[in-house]
Amino acid sequence: MTVFALIIINKAGGLVYNRTFYEGGLQKISTNDLLVLAGTFHGVHAITSRLSPVKPAQAQAQATPPTQQPPGLLTRPEPPSGLEVLETENFRLQCFNTMTGTKFLLFTDTTQANVDVVMRRVYEMYSDYVMKNPFYQLEMPIRCDMFDRKLSSYIREINNR
Amino acid sequence: MSHLLAKPGGGGGQNAGAKDQQSIVSGGSSSASREAGLRYPTNGKTIYHRPLNRSKTAELSQASFAYLFSEMVSYAQKRVTGIQDLEKKLNLQGHPIGLKLLDLLLIREPPRSQTRPLNIISLLHFIKINVWQHLFGRQANGLEKSSSAETPDEYMIIDNEPLVNAYISVPREMSQLNCAAYVAGIIEGVCDGAAFPARVTAHTVGGKEEGEMWPGKTVFLVKFQPEVLEREALIGNKG
Repeated sequence: MTVFALIIINKAGGLVYNRTFYEGGLQKISTNDLLVLAGTFHGVHAITSRLSPVKPAQAQAQATPPTQQPPGLLTRPEPPSGLEVLETENFRLQCFNTMTGTKFLLFTDTTQANVDVVMRRVYEMYSDYVMKNPFYQLEMPIRCDMFDRKLSSYIREINNR
Repeated sequence: MSHLLAKPGGGGGQNAGAKDQQSIVSGGSSSASREAGLRYPTNGKTIYHRPLNRSKTAELSQASFAYLFSEMVSYAQKRVTGIQDLEKKLNLQGHPIGLKLLDLLLIREPPRSQTRPLNIISLLHFIKINVWQHLFGRQANGLEKSSSAETPDEYMIIDNEPLVNAYISVPREMSQLNCAAYVAGIIEGVCDGAAFPARVTAHTVGGKEEGEMWPGKTVFLVKFQPEVLEREALIGNKG
């Protein structure tokens, strides 16, 4: 059970963070290729989420009687999720798309369990150590020592289990 | 995310606090939802009716403080050119808090110990224990006097991981900056308010290496004005 790498893609499809935790899990690729990978994944994700057969907002609102809706709650449908898992013989790619369109891609071993728990923890760390950092500029590459430090100690704990 | 619990009021005030909140919520959903302006709880008890001294258990959300402080730093950063100016700005933002906190914490003391600290050591102890406990829920990690004979006016308050820096990573090109300059401002305010004028600065002393126990360890260097030491010497001779 190993977590190989983490990639964070901003809402415009740019690569803002990449980090390898386990050498030898994945073939090393150049930064340029990584940027291409991020952009391509972003595009594929956009298309897959448009394929998703979720009813539009009005149809859903008519389906549920107005009396059952909690007052004041806007009838906003769940956003279509799009591509979530991509599996190969040697690794598994799990994607988590936040409400604001930031994507977290976690490359793991195919046997890794509870990837959603790891993902949630990574997202928590991102919202703590990146979003609450006054020196971070939105949509720009992430350079936060504290985030790096907390992330490595958490992933090391998982990989050594 | 690590949240501190937000409690409406402490001890006996808790029930009243919960009632206040309920009435606000119910008022909001039915009639007052379209009315603009201030709303008051139906029992007429606002936050000003709660006792001042019952706030020992009152806690705030750390996340909201982190966002607020982050904005304060960005605000200050937009208006300065250098790192020293930025620290100065943060220091100035903290100063009035320290001035007011001195009075507030003293009035909350039991009546017989309601005197202002009269010498340097008791003042620094007051800061290390009372001020820290009030602001951060724990005491500071250490208090030291400068070992150098040339600077007898310098004292150090040590905090292993300042709460204000909990989520802040300073970029490499600004490595001299420590946002705890804000806390230094608060300390300076307390010292000035107690008539011990001083300059307080915050310095990062934690190492950057991997496996460092306290990477954010901060020393608050308190440098008293010469007249303070002069007075201290006079008092010392008498007593």
